Amino acid sequence: MNVPQQVINALSLGAVYSLFALGYALVFSVLGLLNLAHSAVFMWGAYLGWASVLVFHLPLAPALVVAVVGAGLLAVVLDRVAFYPLRRRNAPRIAQLISSIGASAVLVSLAQLSFGADPQNLPLEMVPNHAIPALAGLALRVTPVQIITFGLALAMMGGLGLLVQRTKLGQAMRTIAFDQRIAALLGVPVDRVYALTFFIAGASAGTAGMLYALLYNSITPFIGDAVSLKGLTVIVLGGMGNIAGAVLGGFIIAGLEVFSIALGGSSYRDALTFFLLFLVLVVRPQGLLGSRAATRA
Amino acid sequence: MHRSFPGSLALILVLALVTACGSPAPAAPTTAPAAPAATEAAPTSAPAATAAVAAAAVATAAIVAAVPTEGTLTQESPLPQVSPLGGATTPSGSAKIGDWSSPAPTKLPANVTLGFVLGLTQDIAVYGQSQKNGVQLAVDQINAGGYLGKGKLVAAIENSTGTNEGAIAAMTKAIDDDKAVGVVGPTLSAQAFAADPIAQEKGIPVIGPSNTVAGIVEMGNFIFRDSLPESSVIPGTVKQVLSLLGVKKVGILWGNNDDFSVGGYKVFKQALQDNNVPIVDDETFARGDVDFQAQLTKIIAQKPDAIVVSALAKEGALIITQARSLGFTGPLVGGNGFNSPAVITQTGQAGEGLIVGAAWNIASSEPLSQDFITAYQAAFKAAPDQFAVQTYTAVWLFATAIRRADSVDPKTIRDTLAGIKDFATPLGNFSFGPDRNPIHSPVAQIVRGGKFVVLTAETAKQ
Repeated sequence: MNVPQQVINALSLGAVYSLFALGYALVFSVLGLLNLAHSAVFMWGAYLGWASVLVFHLPLAPALVVAVVGAGLLAVVLDRVAFYPLRRRNAPRIAQLISSIGASAVLVSLAQLSFGADPQNLPLEMVPNHAIPALAGLALRVTPVQIITFGLALAMMGGLGLLVQRTKLGQAMRTIAFDQRIAALLGVPVDRVYALTFFIAGASAGTAGMLYALLYNSITPFIGDAVSLKGLTVIVLGGMGNIAGAVLGGFIIAGLEVFSIALGGSSYRDALTFFLLFLVLVVRPQGLLGSRAATRA
Repeated sequence: MHRSFPGSLALILVLALVTACGSPAPAAPTTAPAAPAATEAAPTSAPAATAAVAAAAVATAAIVAAVPTEGTLTQESPLPQVSPLGGATTPSGSAKIGDWSSPAPTKLPANVTLGFVLGLTQDIAVYGQSQKNGVQLAVDQINAGGYLGKGKLVAAIENSTGTNEGAIAAMTKAIDDDKAVGVVGPTLSAQAFAADPIAQEKGIPVIGPSNTVAGIVEMGNFIFRDSLPESSVIPGTVKQVLSLLGVKKVGILWGNNDDFSVGGYKVFKQALQDNNVPIVDDETFARGDVDFQAQLTKIIAQKPDAIVVSALAKEGALIITQARSLGFTGPLVGGNGFNSPAVITQTGQAGEGLIVGAAWNIASSEPLSQDFITAYQAAFKAAPDQFAVQTYTAVWLFATAIRRADSVDPKTIRDTLAGIKDFATPLGNFSFGPDRNPIHSPVAQIVRGGKFVVLTAETAKQ
């Protein structure tokens, strides 16, 4: 068995899961809302990046910026349209969950209308996905895209962690997470913090979407489906709404998947992964880094 | 299902044998212009053993170059190597599709409705949209030419949404509400298993335009298909790959939760076993997966000469790219799911050397195929794929059955459909076998220079 290569495979897959799960975790930590439309924002991030390259002929770096900002704004709009009206009427959280499913379906359909169902890809020569020759001697195939994805996942985890723990905005987020009404009484601009939270979560989904597009270079309106369930699994394992937990969870799930294939058989991958996951949750129901509900975020 | 495979293969062989020997010259195997290597015996000079070999070639091999031996020289065909199948077997040399020489129908109602159960949304829309184009083109041509006399062919297109429930709903609607006298669809084999029994029960004939797994036509006597089953395409592809590329051992990667990929895997495995080729590693994935690096790393570590992949197009493209980026340079052999130009555009350089067996190739020299491609490109500004051509052909098959029967009684249409023999189509010279499976020659293709070309000793080497 080629262990080092499988470790690389796990890290690369884990980076995608983690990046995706970050935004999920952030929204859950502040709103206590499982935003199932997160995967649709992720998908739109990929398409925005793709469109910037193909339609507006931007190079990759500015296209990434378009994808990140665009997805962030999309998430803010999503909040105003799908969640804000419910929040204002004190709708139960389950209503917001359903609303997020509906929003997701709308966004996926819109993408299908705009771009069709055929897989789209970035121009193949633009994507730095050729193995780095220096490592080939060690029988290791690592591509620049994999390194970028991995680095960004860690950087974003650090950045979001600092944001939540060390900044005024983070403090406001944590106050809202503790109790929205008390936060409002204390003069926290609740709506603005919500919008900012959605922007940041959307931006991270956009980043993940664009990196996914680079890593796999196959964009369809349905790429969100591939990661949404995984992302949910990741944040449950990491501890609902815990930023570092989302990243750790992403790498653990990816590692479990890769090594259940490498050691056992690919047919038992999901069974093995979810069995191990179950064992972890029996021992630590709050997730690996999770804490009690009252001190989320 | 797979246990019945040797049986159905045998049946196809027998059929091919009958076709090859029963009718004299016309049914001689297609002669591909650029296939110098083959030294198979010519079927017409046939003692039993050689005939069996030749029959296997007809049924399975993608390109069979029938080099005429002394025996065949007595046959009347002077230049067998340049006579395409369709042209050779339609004596009238009819330039366009359709049995126009049969008497025009007079008893048809003003509207003749055919139902279509196609996957137009979700991830299978890749296939469904292409099929819809094929329907449109065929219906327009049929109505423009007055093929059904005063009757106008109406297409009731229903969306299966790519789910079993959706297909059942669409099939029910097509039959009960649209009053379809025949149905083309569903797009995926899994949905055919769910929805076809409804049509069978109500006595409405169905042609599956893209159902290639085993067990489709076995659902009942109203169920047809015009898509060559994997069991006739894959063994030929495997044989070509082994002989032309010197492959000694292979690894397999296959999707284990859709009927199409599972069916393809079983046929591949059987074909490899029949040729005594060891399978060094056998790995699976699930529909919807995007990362196959763990499986591919494991397979590549076993140093196979070729990797066989049974997957749908979306996963297939990703597998090709990842296999190449993990350093695998050997041939990748795929099933019918890879048979789409989209796979090439998505894989680029990585796709070079991909080998796919298929019922049809855009480079096909069939005259009707060229006509079809020209008309399709004019209508849709895109190159057609196999899904478009098979659906297009299915509509023409139904229309021909309706014209010949001069009736919209589903039972009569079924019986006439079952009797279609040697009908010139873009797929080649088309017949329904007694088991309602299609009979026509398949083709093995390899990607060279960003295009599917016919696999030969020459194109294999590059």
